[in-house]
Amino acid sequence: MKSATEVLSIDHLTVALSGRTVLRDVSFSLSPGEFCALIGTNGSGKTTLLKTILGLVRPQSGTIRIATAADRDAASRIGYVPQKISLDPSLPLRARDVVSLGMDGGRLGLPLPSRERRERVDRMLDAVGATGFAERRVGDLSGGQQQRVLIAHALIRRPSLLLLDEPLANLDIRSVAEIVVLLRRLATEYDTAILLSAHDMNPLLPVMDRIVYLANCCAAAGKPEEVVRTEVLSRLYGYHIDVVRVHGRVVVIAAGAPDEIHAAIAKDPIHTAEIP
Amino acid sequence: MTGLHALLAAVLAPGFLANGPVRTALIVGGGTGLVAAVVGVFTVMRGQSFAAHALGDVSSAGGSASYLLGVRPMLGFIGMAILAAAGMEWADIQDARERDLVTGVVLGAGMALTALFLYFDARSGSASGAAISILFGSMFTLPASIAVPALGAGAVAVVTIGALYRPLLVSSLSAELAAAQGTRVRLLGLAHALALALAVSLSAMTVGAILSPALLIGPAATALRLARRPGPAVALASLLGIAAVWGGILLAYDSYYWTPGHGWPVSFFIVFLIFLGYVAANMASGSRTAADVSRAEPHCSRCEQD
Repeated sequence: MKSATEVLSIDHLTVALSGRTVLRDVSFSLSPGEFCALIGTNGSGKTTLLKTILGLVRPQSGTIRIATAADRDAASRIGYVPQKISLDPSLPLRARDVVSLGMDGGRLGLPLPSRERRERVDRMLDAVGATGFAERRVGDLSGGQQQRVLIAHALIRRPSLLLLDEPLANLDIRSVAEIVVLLRRLATEYDTAILLSAHDMNPLLPVMDRIVYLANCCAAAGKPEEVVRTEVLSRLYGYHIDVVRVHGRVVVIAAGAPDEIHAAIAKDPIHTAEIP
Repeated sequence: MTGLHALLAAVLAPGFLANGPVRTALIVGGGTGLVAAVVGVFTVMRGQSFAAHALGDVSSAGGSASYLLGVRPMLGFIGMAILAAAGMEWADIQDARERDLVTGVVLGAGMALTALFLYFDARSGSASGAAISILFGSMFTLPASIAVPALGAGAVAVVTIGALYRPLLVSSLSAELAAAQGTRVRLLGLAHALALALAVSLSAMTVGAILSPALLIGPAATALRLARRPGPAVALASLLGIAAVWGGILLAYDSYYWTPGHGWPVSFFIVFLIFLGYVAANMASGSRTAADVSRAEPHCSRCEQD
Protein backbone atom coordinates (compact mmCIF):
# COMPACT_ATOMS: atom_id res chain seq x y z
CA MET A 1 0.00 0.00 0.00
CA LYS A 2 0.95 3.62 -0.38
CA SER A 3 3.03 5.01 2.40
CA ALA A 4 2.17 8.30 4.06
CA THR A 5 5.35 10.10 2.96
CA GLU A 6 5.13 12.15 -0.18
CA VAL A 7 7.59 11.50 -2.99
CA LEU A 8 7.34 15.01 -4.36
CA SER A 9 6.11 18.11 -2.60
CA ILE A 10 6.17 21.47 -4.31
CA ASP A 11 5.46 24.53 -2.22
CA HIS A 12 4.71 28.04 -3.52
CA LEU A 13 6.99 27.57 -6.51
CA THR A 14 7.64 30.60 -8.72
CA VAL A 15 9.82 30.30 -11.82
CA ALA A 16 10.91 33.02 -14.23
CA LEU A 17 12.73 32.47 -17.51
CA SER A 18 14.73 35.46 -18.77
CA GLY A 19 12.67 37.88 -16.69
CA ARG A 20 9.25 36.49 -17.65
CA THR A 21 7.26 34.69 -14.97
CA VAL A 22 6.35 31.23 -16.25
CA LEU A 23 5.00 29.66 -13.06
CA ARG A 24 3.54 31.52 -10.09
CA ASP A 25 2.87 30.12 -6.65
CA VAL A 26 2.49 26.49 -7.78
CA SER A 27 1.90 23.94 -5.02
CA PHE A 28 1.07 20.25 -5.17
CA SER A 29 2.37 16.90 -3.97
CA LEU A 30 2.59 13.28 -5.09
CA SER A 31 2.57 10.02 -3.14
CA PRO A 32 4.45 6.85 -4.16
CA GLY A 33 2.83 5.01 -7.06
CA GLU A 34 0.50 7.88 -7.93
CA PHE A 35 -0.18 8.72 -11.57
CA CYS A 36 -0.48 12.45 -12.10
CA ALA A 37 -1.30 14.20 -15.38
CA LEU A 38 0.21 17.63 -15.98
CA ILE A 39 -2.19 19.34 -18.36
CA GLY A 40 -1.88 22.66 -20.14
CA THR A 41 -1.62 24.21 -23.59
CA ASN A 42 1.67 24.82 -25.38
CA GLY A 43 3.70 27.41 -23.51
CA SER A 44 1.76 26.98 -20.28
CA GLY A 45 4.95 26.00 -18.43
CA LYS A 46 4.74 22.19 -18.36
CA THR A 47 8.31 21.63 -19.58
CA THR A 48 9.62 24.39 -17.32
CA LEU A 49 7.96 22.77 -14.30
CA LEU A 50 9.50 19.37 -15.14
CA LYS A 51 12.95 20.89 -15.68
CA THR A 52 12.70 22.76 -12.40
CA ILE A 53 11.89 19.51 -10.59
CA LEU A 54 14.93 17.94 -12.33
CA GLY A 55 17.10 20.78 -11.09
CA LEU A 56 17.94 22.04 -14.58
CA VAL A 57 16.09 25.33 -13.98
CA ARG A 58 16.52 27.36 -10.80
CA PRO A 59 13.28 28.58 -9.23
CA GLN A 60 12.86 32.20 -8.17
CA SER A 61 11.19 31.20 -4.94
CA GLY A 62 9.47 28.26 -3.33
CA THR A 63 10.65 24.79 -2.47
CA ILE A 64 10.76 21.40 -4.16
CA ARG A 65 11.28 18.39 -1.93
CA ILE A 66 11.89 14.96 -3.33
CA ALA A 67 11.86 12.14 -0.80
CA THR A 68 13.78 8.93 -1.40
CA ALA A 69 12.65 5.65 0.07
CA ALA A 70 15.22 3.95 2.28
CA ASP A 71 15.72 1.04 -0.13
CA ARG A 72 16.48 3.28 -3.10
CA ASP A 73 19.59 5.02 -4.37
CA ALA A 74 19.34 8.74 -3.64
CA ALA A 75 21.22 9.66 -6.81
CA SER A 76 18.65 7.89 -8.98
CA ARG A 77 15.51 9.29 -7.40
CA ILE A 78 14.20 10.88 -10.62
CA GLY A 79 13.74 9.19 -13.99
CA TYR A 80 13.16 11.40 -16.99
CA VAL A 81 11.79 10.97 -20.51
CA PRO A 82 12.41 14.21 -22.41
CA GLN A 83 10.23 15.80 -25.04
CA LYS A 84 10.60 15.24 -28.78
CA ILE A 85 13.78 13.20 -28.89
CA SER A 86 14.70 12.55 -32.49
CA LEU A 87 16.78 9.40 -32.59
CA ASP A 88 18.95 9.29 -35.66
CA PRO A 89 18.89 5.91 -37.47
CA SER A 90 22.70 6.07 -37.79
CA LEU A 91 23.23 5.97 -34.00
CA PRO A 92 25.01 2.68 -33.23
CA LEU A 93 22.81 1.97 -30.23
CA ARG A 94 20.42 -0.92 -29.89
CA ALA A 95 17.33 -0.63 -27.71
CA ARG A 96 19.25 -2.75 -25.19
CA ASP A 97 22.19 -0.30 -25.13
CA VAL A 98 19.90 2.66 -24.45
CA VAL A 99 18.33 0.85 -21.49
CA SER A 100 21.77 -0.11 -20.21
CA LEU A 101 22.88 3.54 -20.39
CA GLY A 102 19.97 4.39 -18.09
CA MET A 103 21.73 2.39 -15.38
CA ASP A 104 25.13 4.10 -15.41
CA GLY A 105 25.27 6.46 -18.40
CA GLY A 106 26.70 9.27 -16.27
CA ARG A 107 29.75 7.29 -15.12
CA LEU A 108 33.27 7.72 -16.42
CA GLY A 109 35.27 4.94 -18.03
CA LEU A 110 34.32 1.99 -20.19
CA PRO A 111 31.45 -0.29 -19.10
CA LEU A 112 32.42 -3.81 -18.11
CA PRO A 113 29.99 -6.43 -19.35
CA SER A 114 28.59 -8.67 -16.66
CA ARG A 115 25.88 -11.25 -16.41
CA GLU A 116 24.11 -9.37 -13.63
CA ARG A 117 24.05 -6.25 -15.75
CA ARG A 118 22.67 -8.09 -18.78
CA GLU A 119 19.97 -9.80 -16.72
CA ARG A 120 18.89 -6.51 -15.20
CA VAL A 121 18.57 -4.97 -18.67
CA ASP A 122 16.67 -8.06 -19.86
CA ARG A 123 14.18 -7.76 -17.00
CA MET A 124 13.65 -4.07 -17.69
CA LEU A 125 13.16 -4.68 -21.42
CA ASP A 126 10.63 -7.36 -20.56
CA ALA A 127 8.79 -5.07 -18.13
CA VAL A 128 8.13 -2.49 -20.87
CA GLY A 129 7.40 -5.10 -23.57
CA ALA A 130 10.56 -4.28 -25.55
CA THR A 131 12.15 -7.75 -25.61
CA GLY A 132 11.03 -8.31 -29.22
CA PHE A 133 13.05 -5.38 -30.57
CA ALA A 134 15.86 -5.27 -27.99
CA GLU A 135 18.58 -6.00 -30.57
CA ARG A 136 17.44 -3.47 -33.16
CA ARG A 137 18.93 -0.01 -33.60
CA VAL A 138 16.85 2.41 -31.58
CA GLY A 139 16.67 4.88 -34.49
CA ASP A 140 14.93 2.28 -36.63
CA LEU A 141 12.08 1.70 -34.15
CA SER A 142 8.57 3.16 -34.34
CA GLY A 143 7.55 6.08 -32.12
CA GLY A 144 5.71 3.83 -29.67
CA GLN A 145 8.62 1.39 -29.49
CA GLN A 146 11.08 4.24 -28.87
CA GLN A 147 8.90 5.52 -26.01
CA ARG A 148 8.98 2.04 -24.42
CA VAL A 149 12.79 2.03 -24.66
CA LEU A 150 13.09 5.53 -23.19
CA ILE A 151 10.73 4.60 -20.35
CA ALA A 152 12.91 1.55 -19.61
CA HIS A 153 16.02 3.81 -19.73
CA ALA A 154 14.39 6.10 -17.16
CA LEU A 155 13.08 3.34 -14.90
CA ILE A 156 16.01 0.91 -14.69
CA ARG A 157 17.45 2.59 -11.60
CA ARG A 158 14.03 2.30 -9.95
CA PRO A 159 13.49 6.01 -9.33
CA SER A 160 10.82 7.04 -6.86
CA LEU A 161 9.63 9.70 -9.31
CA LEU A 162 9.28 9.42 -13.11
CA LEU A 163 8.85 12.58 -15.17
CA LEU A 164 7.65 12.31 -18.77
CA ASP A 165 7.44 15.35 -21.04
CA GLU A 166 4.71 14.94 -23.70
CA PRO A 167 5.43 11.22 -24.25
CA LEU A 168 2.13 10.77 -26.10
CA ALA A 169 2.73 13.49 -28.69
CA ASN A 170 3.19 12.20 -32.24
CA LEU A 171 1.97 8.70 -31.36
CA ASP A 172 -0.93 6.96 -33.11
CA ILE A 173 -4.09 6.34 -31.07
CA ARG A 174 -3.35 2.70 -30.36
CA SER A 175 0.22 3.40 -29.21
CA VAL A 176 -1.12 6.16 -26.91
CA ALA A 177 -3.49 3.70 -25.26
CA GLU A 178 -0.75 1.06 -24.91
CA ILE A 179 1.78 3.48 -23.39
CA VAL A 180 -0.81 4.84 -20.94
CA VAL A 181 -1.77 1.36 -19.74
CA LEU A 182 1.94 0.38 -19.50
CA LEU A 183 2.77 3.45 -17.39
CA ARG A 184 -0.17 2.83 -15.07
CA ARG A 185 1.02 -0.74 -14.50
CA LEU A 186 4.66 0.32 -13.97
CA ALA A 187 3.67 3.03 -11.47
CA THR A 188 1.98 0.38 -9.34
CA GLU A 189 4.61 -2.36 -9.83
CA TYR A 190 7.61 -0.11 -9.15
CA ASP A 191 5.78 2.07 -6.62
CA THR A 192 7.03 5.01 -8.66
CA ALA A 193 5.09 8.27 -8.79
CA ILE A 194 4.52 9.43 -12.37
CA LEU A 195 4.17 13.03 -13.50
CA LEU A 196 3.29 13.06 -17.19
CA SER A 197 2.72 16.21 -19.22
CA ALA A 198 0.22 16.34 -22.06
CA HIS A 199 -1.89 18.96 -23.79
CA ASP A 200 -4.82 16.56 -24.04
CA MET A 201 -6.06 14.96 -20.81
CA ASN A 202 -8.51 12.70 -22.59
CA PRO A 203 -6.45 9.50 -22.93
CA LEU A 204 -5.19 9.84 -19.34
CA LEU A 205 -8.52 10.19 -17.52
CA PRO A 206 -9.05 6.44 -17.06
CA VAL A 207 -5.68 5.99 -15.31
CA MET A 208 -4.82 9.22 -13.50
CA ASP A 209 -5.03 9.58 -9.74
CA ARG A 210 -4.34 13.30 -9.76
CA ILE A 211 -4.20 16.20 -12.17
CA VAL A 212 -2.20 19.42 -12.22
CA TYR A 213 -3.84 21.87 -14.62
CA LEU A 214 -1.63 24.77 -15.74
CA ALA A 215 -2.99 28.02 -17.16
CA ASN A 216 -2.12 31.68 -16.68
CA CYS A 217 1.17 30.68 -14.96
CA CYS A 218 -0.89 29.12 -12.15
CA ALA A 219 -1.85 25.57 -11.29
CA ALA A 220 -5.00 23.87 -10.08
CA ALA A 221 -4.12 20.53 -8.52
CA GLY A 222 -6.08 17.68 -7.00
CA LYS A 223 -8.21 14.72 -7.97
CA PRO A 224 -9.62 14.96 -11.51
CA GLU A 225 -13.21 15.33 -10.28
CA GLU A 226 -12.12 18.19 -8.02
CA VAL A 227 -10.16 20.07 -10.69
CA VAL A 228 -12.02 19.54 -13.96
CA ARG A 229 -14.96 21.69 -12.85
CA THR A 230 -16.54 24.88 -14.11
CA GLU A 231 -15.73 27.02 -11.08
CA VAL A 232 -12.15 25.73 -10.61
CA LEU A 233 -11.04 26.13 -14.23
CA SER A 234 -12.88 29.49 -14.52
CA ARG A 235 -10.90 30.79 -11.57
CA LEU A 236 -7.66 29.43 -13.08
CA TYR A 237 -8.18 30.93 -16.55
CA GLY A 238 -9.53 34.19 -15.12
CA TYR A 239 -12.68 34.11 -17.21
CA HIS A 240 -15.75 31.92 -17.49
CA ILE A 241 -15.17 28.32 -18.51
CA ASP A 242 -17.89 25.73 -18.91
CA VAL A 243 -17.16 22.13 -18.04
CA VAL A 244 -19.98 20.25 -19.74
CA ARG A 245 -20.73 16.55 -19.45
CA VAL A 246 -22.23 15.10 -22.59
CA HIS A 247 -22.88 11.38 -23.06
CA GLY A 248 -20.39 10.51 -20.34
CA ARG A 249 -17.74 12.81 -21.77
CA VAL A 250 -16.55 16.07 -20.33
CA VAL A 251 -16.10 19.02 -22.65
CA VAL A 252 -14.27 22.13 -21.48
CA ILE A 253 -15.62 25.19 -23.28
CA ALA A 254 -14.31 28.74 -23.02
CA ALA A 255 -17.46 30.77 -23.61
CA GLY A 256 -17.31 34.24 -22.13
CA ALA A 257 -13.66 34.87 -23.02
CA PRO A 258 -12.36 38.12 -24.45
CA ASP A 259 -11.86 38.29 -28.23
CA GLU A 260 -8.11 37.68 -28.16
CA ILE A 261 -8.64 34.57 -26.13
CA HIS A 262 -11.28 33.40 -28.61
CA ALA A 263 -8.64 33.73 -31.31
CA ALA A 264 -6.13 31.79 -29.26
CA ILE A 265 -8.63 29.05 -28.51
CA ALA A 266 -9.49 28.76 -32.21
CA LYS A 267 -5.86 27.76 -32.80
CA ASP A 268 -5.82 25.23 -29.99
CA PRO A 269 -8.44 22.47 -29.92
CA ILE A 270 -10.92 22.55 -27.07
CA HIS A 271 -10.21 19.95 -24.41
CA THR A 272 -12.63 17.12 -24.28
CA ALA A 273 -12.59 14.96 -21.24
CA GLU A 274 -14.20 11.77 -20.13
CA ILE A 275 -14.68 11.23 -16.42
CA PRO A 276 -14.57 7.51 -15.66
CA MET B 1 60.38 -15.27 -39.09
CA THR B 2 62.00 -16.03 -42.45
CA GLY B 3 58.62 -17.17 -43.74
CA LEU B 4 57.08 -13.90 -42.67
CA HIS B 5 59.91 -11.96 -44.24
CA ALA B 6 59.44 -13.83 -47.48
CA LEU B 7 55.74 -13.06 -47.46
CA LEU B 8 56.35 -9.37 -46.76
CA ALA B 9 58.99 -9.23 -49.47
CA ALA B 10 56.46 -10.56 -51.95
CA VAL B 11 53.78 -8.03 -50.99
CA LEU B 12 55.92 -5.00 -50.24
CA ALA B 13 58.20 -3.11 -52.51
CA PRO B 14 61.95 -3.57 -51.86
CA GLY B 15 63.21 -1.69 -48.84
CA PHE B 16 59.75 -0.65 -47.66
CA LEU B 17 60.14 -1.47 -43.97
CA ALA B 18 63.84 -0.67 -43.84
CA ASN B 19 63.23 2.88 -45.03
CA GLY B 20 63.41 5.45 -42.18
CA PRO B 21 60.84 7.96 -43.47
CA VAL B 22 58.46 5.10 -44.28
CA ARG B 23 58.77 3.77 -40.74
CA THR B 24 58.03 7.19 -39.26
CA ALA B 25 55.08 7.57 -41.62
CA LEU B 26 53.75 4.13 -40.63
CA ILE B 27 54.05 4.87 -36.91
CA VAL B 28 52.74 8.45 -36.88
CA GLY B 29 50.22 7.82 -39.66
CA GLY B 30 48.88 4.61 -38.13
CA GLY B 31 48.54 6.29 -34.74
CA THR B 32 46.76 9.22 -36.36
CA GLY B 33 44.40 6.89 -38.23
CA LEU B 34 43.48 5.22 -34.95
CA VAL B 35 43.01 8.46 -32.99
CA ALA B 36 41.04 10.16 -35.77
CA ALA B 37 38.72 7.15 -36.08
CA VAL B 38 38.02 6.85 -32.34
CA VAL B 39 37.30 10.56 -31.93
CA GLY B 40 35.53 10.70 -35.30
CA VAL B 41 32.86 8.16 -34.29
CA PHE B 42 31.69 10.51 -31.54
CA THR B 43 32.09 13.61 -33.71
CA VAL B 44 29.80 12.07 -36.34
CA MET B 45 27.31 10.93 -33.69
CA ARG B 46 27.21 14.45 -32.25
CA GLY B 47 26.57 15.88 -35.71
CA GLN B 48 29.77 17.94 -35.65
CA SER B 49 31.35 16.79 -38.91
CA PHE B 50 31.36 20.32 -40.29
CA ALA B 51 33.00 21.63 -37.12
CA ALA B 52 35.73 18.99 -37.59
CA HIS B 53 36.24 20.16 -41.15
CA ALA B 54 36.46 23.79 -40.06
CA LEU B 55 38.92 22.94 -37.28
CA GLY B 56 41.21 21.28 -39.82
CA ASP B 57 41.23 24.41 -41.96
CA VAL B 58 41.67 26.77 -39.02
CA SER B 59 44.50 24.67 -37.58
CA SER B 60 46.42 25.20 -40.83
CA ALA B 61 46.80 28.86 -39.83
CA GLY B 62 48.75 27.67 -36.78
CA GLY B 63 50.77 25.23 -38.85
CA SER B 64 51.76 27.90 -41.36
CA ALA B 65 52.53 30.44 -38.63
CA SER B 66 54.86 27.96 -36.95
CA TYR B 67 57.31 28.19 -39.87
CA LEU B 68 57.52 31.95 -39.32
CA LEU B 69 57.93 31.60 -35.57
CA GLY B 70 60.44 28.80 -35.91
CA VAL B 71 58.53 26.36 -33.73
CA ARG B 72 57.43 22.83 -34.52
CA PRO B 73 54.47 22.75 -36.93
CA MET B 74 52.77 20.30 -34.56
CA LEU B 75 52.64 22.95 -31.84
CA GLY B 76 51.18 25.44 -34.28
CA PHE B 77 48.49 23.03 -35.49
CA ILE B 78 47.51 21.95 -31.97
CA GLY B 79 47.57 25.46 -30.49
CA MET B 80 45.35 26.88 -33.19
CA ALA B 81 42.95 23.92 -33.21
CA ILE B 82 42.50 24.01 -29.43
CA LEU B 83 41.90 27.76 -29.53
CA ALA B 84 39.28 27.40 -32.26
CA ALA B 85 37.61 24.35 -30.66
CA ALA B 86 37.36 26.04 -27.27
CA GLY B 87 35.99 29.17 -28.95
CA MET B 88 33.33 27.19 -30.79
CA GLU B 89 32.18 25.45 -27.60
CA TRP B 90 32.30 28.73 -25.72
CA ALA B 91 29.99 30.38 -28.25
CA ASP B 92 27.57 27.46 -27.64
CA ILE B 93 25.27 28.18 -30.57
CA GLN B 94 22.21 25.94 -30.34
CA ASP B 95 20.51 26.77 -33.64
CA ALA B 96 21.92 24.44 -36.33
CA ARG B 97 21.69 26.96 -39.19
CA GLU B 98 23.32 29.69 -37.16
CA ARG B 99 26.07 27.27 -36.09
CA ASP B 100 26.77 26.26 -39.71
CA LEU B 101 26.95 29.91 -40.67
CA VAL B 102 29.36 30.88 -37.90
CA THR B 103 31.48 27.77 -38.49
CA GLY B 104 31.70 28.65 -42.18
CA VAL B 105 32.74 32.23 -41.47
CA VAL B 106 35.38 31.15 -38.92
CA LEU B 107 36.68 28.54 -41.38
CA GLY B 108 37.08 31.29 -43.98
CA ALA B 109 38.97 33.51 -41.56
CA GLY B 110 41.29 30.61 -40.68
CA MET B 111 42.08 29.95 -44.33
CA ALA B 112 42.68 33.67 -44.91
CA LEU B 113 45.28 33.65 -42.15
CA THR B 114 46.81 30.53 -43.67
CA ALA B 115 47.06 32.30 -47.02
CA LEU B 116 48.79 35.25 -45.37
CA PHE B 117 51.25 33.15 -43.37
CA LEU B 118 52.10 30.92 -46.33
CA TYR B 119 52.81 34.05 -48.37
CA PHE B 120 55.25 35.22 -45.68
CA ASP B 121 56.71 31.70 -45.49
CA ALA B 122 57.38 31.73 -49.23
CA ARG B 123 58.93 35.23 -49.13
CA SER B 124 61.25 34.41 -46.26
CA GLY B 125 62.33 31.34 -48.19
CA SER B 126 62.79 29.48 -44.91
CA ALA B 127 60.30 26.80 -45.75
CA SER B 128 60.10 25.70 -49.32
CA GLY B 129 57.16 23.40 -49.93
CA ALA B 130 55.41 24.55 -46.74
CA ALA B 131 52.16 25.24 -48.61
CA ILE B 132 51.83 21.74 -50.05
CA SER B 133 52.99 20.20 -46.80
CA ILE B 134 50.47 22.09 -44.66
CA LEU B 135 47.48 21.93 -46.97
CA PHE B 136 47.90 18.44 -48.44
CA GLY B 137 50.40 16.74 -46.15
CA SER B 138 53.73 15.11 -46.91
CA MET B 139 54.04 12.10 -44.66
CA PHE B 140 57.42 10.95 -45.93
CA THR B 141 59.02 14.21 -44.77
CA LEU B 142 57.85 13.84 -41.14
CA PRO B 143 60.90 13.86 -38.84
CA ALA B 144 61.38 10.75 -36.71
CA SER B 145 61.46 12.96 -33.61
CA ILE B 146 57.76 13.73 -34.11
CA ALA B 147 56.65 10.18 -33.27
CA VAL B 148 56.70 10.46 -29.48
CA PRO B 149 54.94 13.82 -29.09
CA ALA B 150 52.41 12.94 -31.80
CA LEU B 151 51.52 9.60 -30.23
CA GLY B 152 51.40 11.30 -26.83
CA ALA B 153 48.87 13.87 -28.05
CA GLY B 154 46.88 11.09 -29.67
CA ALA B 155 46.87 9.11 -26.42
CA VAL B 156 45.45 12.12 -24.56
CA ALA B 157 42.60 12.32 -27.10
CA VAL B 158 41.82 8.58 -26.93
CA VAL B 159 41.95 8.46 -23.12
CA THR B 160 39.62 11.48 -22.94
CA ILE B 161 37.10 9.79 -25.23
CA GLY B 162 37.43 6.51 -23.30
CA ALA B 163 36.80 8.22 -19.97
CA LEU B 164 33.73 10.02 -21.32
CA TYR B 165 32.47 7.04 -23.35
CA ARG B 166 29.11 6.60 -21.61
CA PRO B 167 28.19 10.28 -21.07
CA LEU B 168 29.07 10.92 -24.73
CA LEU B 169 26.72 8.13 -25.83
CA VAL B 170 23.87 9.41 -23.66
CA SER B 171 24.30 12.98 -24.87
CA SER B 172 24.27 11.78 -28.47
CA LEU B 173 20.75 10.50 -27.72
CA SER B 174 19.73 13.76 -26.06
CA ALA B 175 21.62 16.45 -24.20
CA GLU B 176 18.69 16.75 -21.77
CA LEU B 177 18.87 13.06 -20.96
CA ALA B 178 22.56 13.45 -20.10
CA ALA B 179 21.88 16.56 -18.02
CA ALA B 180 19.15 14.71 -16.12
CA GLN B 181 21.71 12.01 -15.25
CA GLY B 182 23.89 14.67 -13.68
CA THR B 183 26.33 15.10 -16.57
CA ARG B 184 27.63 18.64 -17.02
CA VAL B 185 26.80 18.83 -20.69
CA ARG B 186 28.84 21.91 -21.60
CA LEU B 187 31.94 20.54 -19.91
CA LEU B 188 31.40 17.29 -21.81
CA GLY B 189 31.13 19.25 -25.08
CA LEU B 190 34.35 21.10 -24.26
CA ALA B 191 36.23 17.87 -23.48
CA HIS B 192 35.06 16.34 -26.75
CA ALA B 193 36.10 19.51 -28.61
CA LEU B 194 39.60 19.33 -27.12
CA ALA B 195 39.96 15.66 -28.10
CA LEU B 196 38.70 16.62 -31.55
CA ALA B 197 41.25 19.44 -31.76
CA LEU B 198 44.09 16.99 -31.03
CA ALA B 199 42.79 14.45 -33.57
CA VAL B 200 42.34 17.16 -36.20
CA SER B 201 45.87 18.47 -35.61
CA LEU B 202 47.40 15.02 -36.03
CA SER B 203 45.36 14.46 -39.19
CA ALA B 204 46.35 17.87 -40.56
CA MET B 205 50.04 17.07 -39.91
CA THR B 206 49.85 13.75 -41.72
CA VAL B 207 47.35 14.02 -44.59
CA GLY B 208 47.21 17.83 -44.64
CA ALA B 209 44.75 20.37 -43.29
CA ILE B 210 42.47 20.27 -46.33
CA LEU B 211 42.22 16.48 -46.32
CA SER B 212 42.12 15.98 -42.54
CA PRO B 213 38.30 15.75 -42.31
CA ALA B 214 38.41 12.70 -44.59
CA LEU B 215 40.52 10.82 -42.04
CA LEU B 216 38.29 11.93 -39.16
CA ILE B 217 34.87 11.46 -40.69
CA GLY B 218 35.40 8.77 -43.34
CA PRO B 219 36.30 5.67 -41.28
CA ALA B 220 33.82 6.71 -38.56
CA ALA B 221 30.96 7.20 -41.01
CA THR B 222 31.79 3.88 -42.70
CA ALA B 223 31.80 2.03 -39.38
CA LEU B 224 28.54 3.67 -38.29
CA ARG B 225 26.94 2.32 -41.48
CA LEU B 226 27.95 -1.22 -40.64
CA ALA B 227 27.96 -1.62 -36.84
CA ARG B 228 24.87 -1.74 -34.66
CA ARG B 229 26.66 -1.23 -31.35
CA PRO B 230 28.99 1.51 -30.10
CA GLY B 231 31.96 -0.69 -29.12
CA PRO B 232 32.21 -2.53 -32.45
CA ALA B 233 31.66 0.79 -34.28
CA VAL B 234 34.73 2.28 -32.59
CA ALA B 235 36.79 -0.88 -33.18
CA LEU B 236 35.80 -1.11 -36.84
CA ALA B 237 36.46 2.60 -37.44
CA SER B 238 39.93 2.20 -35.90
CA LEU B 239 40.75 -0.76 -38.11
CA LEU B 240 39.54 1.08 -41.20
CA GLY B 241 41.50 4.21 -40.27
CA ILE B 242 44.76 2.33 -39.75
CA ALA B 243 44.21 0.18 -42.85
CA ALA B 244 43.57 3.25 -45.02
CA VAL B 245 46.70 5.03 -43.79
CA TRP B 246 48.99 2.00 -44.09
CA GLY B 247 47.46 1.00 -47.41
CA GLY B 248 47.94 4.54 -48.69
CA ILE B 249 51.57 4.64 -47.58
CA LEU B 250 52.25 1.30 -49.25
CA LEU B 251 50.62 2.39 -52.51
CA ALA B 252 52.45 5.73 -52.48
CA TYR B 253 55.76 3.94 -51.91
CA ASP B 254 54.97 1.50 -54.71
CA SER B 255 54.00 4.36 -57.00
CA TYR B 256 57.69 5.36 -57.19
CA TYR B 257 58.12 2.24 -59.30
CA TRP B 258 55.12 2.95 -61.54
CA THR B 259 56.50 6.23 -62.81
CA PRO B 260 60.18 6.04 -61.89
CA GLY B 261 61.34 8.85 -59.67
CA HIS B 262 57.94 10.48 -59.29
CA GLY B 263 55.82 8.95 -56.52
CA TRP B 264 52.22 10.00 -56.15
CA PRO B 265 51.18 11.86 -52.97
CA VAL B 266 50.41 9.56 -50.05
CA SER B 267 47.45 11.70 -48.95
CA PHE B 268 45.74 11.01 -52.24
CA PHE B 269 45.91 7.26 -51.73
CA ILE B 270 44.76 7.40 -48.10
CA VAL B 271 41.77 9.60 -48.75
CA PHE B 272 40.81 7.69 -51.87
CA LEU B 273 40.90 4.38 -49.99
CA ILE B 274 38.64 5.92 -47.33
CA PHE B 275 36.27 7.13 -50.01
CA LEU B 276 36.10 3.71 -51.65
CA GLY B 277 35.45 2.09 -48.25
CA TYR B 278 32.58 4.46 -47.55
CA VAL B 279 30.98 3.83 -50.94
CA ALA B 280 31.32 0.05 -50.49
CA ALA B 281 29.79 0.21 -46.99
CA ASN B 282 26.88 2.24 -48.28
CA MET B 283 26.21 -0.26 -51.02
CA ALA B 284 26.45 -3.16 -48.57
CA SER B 285 24.24 -1.57 -45.90
CA GLY B 286 21.81 -0.36 -48.56
CA SER B 287 21.25 -3.88 -49.83
CA ARG B 288 21.03 -5.14 -46.25
CA THR B 289 18.35 -2.59 -45.36
CA ALA B 290 16.39 -3.57 -48.45
CA ALA B 291 16.60 -7.23 -47.38
CA ASP B 292 15.39 -6.31 -43.87
CA VAL B 293 12.41 -4.47 -45.29
CA SER B 294 11.38 -7.29 -47.59
CA ARG B 295 11.71 -9.76 -44.75
CA ALA B 296 9.73 -7.56 -42.39
CA GLU B 297 6.92 -6.94 -44.85
CA PRO B 298 4.68 -9.94 -44.13
CA HIS B 299 4.48 -9.00 -40.42
CA CYS B 300 2.09 -6.31 -39.28
CA SER B 301 3.17 -3.95 -36.53
CA ARG B 302 0.75 -5.62 -34.12
CA CYS B 303 2.46 -9.01 -34.37
CA GLU B 304 5.81 -7.31 -33.95
CA GLN B 305 4.79 -5.69 -30.70
CA ASP B 306 3.09 -8.75 -29.18
